[in-house]
Amino acid sequence: MPKKRVKIVEKIMDANDRLANQNRQRIDDAGAYSLNIMASPGAGKTTFILSTIAALQPKGIQLGVIEGDTAPVTIDADKINAAGMPAIQINTGGDCHLDAIMVENALTQMDLEPLDLLIVENVGNLICPASFKLGTHSNVLISSVPEGDDKPYKYPNIYRGLEVLIINKTDLLPYIDFDMDYFRKGVEMLNPGLATFAVSCKTGEGLDGWIEWITARISK
Amino acid sequence: MHELSVTESVLEIACKHAEQAQAKQVTDIHLVIGKLSSIVDDSVQFYWDFISKGTVCENATLHFKRIPAELVCLNCDTHYTLEDDLTPCPNCQSARIRVVAGEEFNLDSIEIRK
Repeated sequence: MPKKRVKIVEKIMDANDRLANQNRQRIDDAGAYSLNIMASPGAGKTTFILSTIAALQPKGIQLGVIEGDTAPVTIDADKINAAGMPAIQINTGGDCHLDAIMVENALTQMDLEPLDLLIVENVGNLICPASFKLGTHSNVLISSVPEGDDKPYKYPNIYRGLEVLIINKTDLLPYIDFDMDYFRKGVEMLNPGLATFAVSCKTGEGLDGWIEWITARISK
Repeated sequence: MHELSVTESVLEIACKHAEQAQAKQVTDIHLVIGKLSSIVDDSVQFYWDFISKGTVCENATLHFKRIPAELVCLNCDTHYTLEDDLTPCPNCQSARIRVVAGEEFNLDSIEIRK
């Protein structure tokens, strides 16, 4: 029996992308803005989210958080709840990233109607989350200075898909060798003109610019 | 590290098209992967052997076609191919560049027996 070639040309991530579009529709229908926050482990994702909550709460902005973790712990979700905002914990069961299906499940468990801003905290990882769309409006990467100034060169994919870059832990700059110009040049090659905010969540320095950026995108 | 889920997607798409073509067996699967897609061929092959068992795609050979990363300088319009490291424009040294190819991750075709 001869072989026959069947031309397909289908994007392998298509199924995930379609589901991501449905997630976006649901978030849009609820009138909320949404963020996918990515970073390596320990870059300060949860602390950054808590700082954002602290700044937006007094303005009467309602936030909801979806927390992705590889292990069945609720440490991060507990912190968000303690700050007075609803949080849904996703345990990826060892998977190194969130995908559109996991976010869909979390959206089903959450009351989206009252929300102005939905924050998804991805699994701490600079590689896999870059490949999976979730349906959120903006991708945000938190890069902390102790990780080193070479990260854009080593993990180019994640930088290319960003709408916002947060350079965190700037209070540590006097103590470490971090060449800001070299770092920013790498970012510029991957994502020209990317909105970038250098902040310290410890001292609060630089957070104003970020809060202004996100507030402008939340329709009240 | 996310090769298991992408390999599952490959299997799902291949099985769908095999069924549409009324195939008895899928013998070959042709994938097109841009150099900038963080996919490890060996890892996809490893998972493939496990998850394709018992399907119409069992024992199909995976073929990986790698596409180089091509960039264009937004400053002087020079086109160049990326080698291993990320480099600025070789003509004017500008860092304002855009990726024009290398992000592909497609299932191009399958070969079947009826």
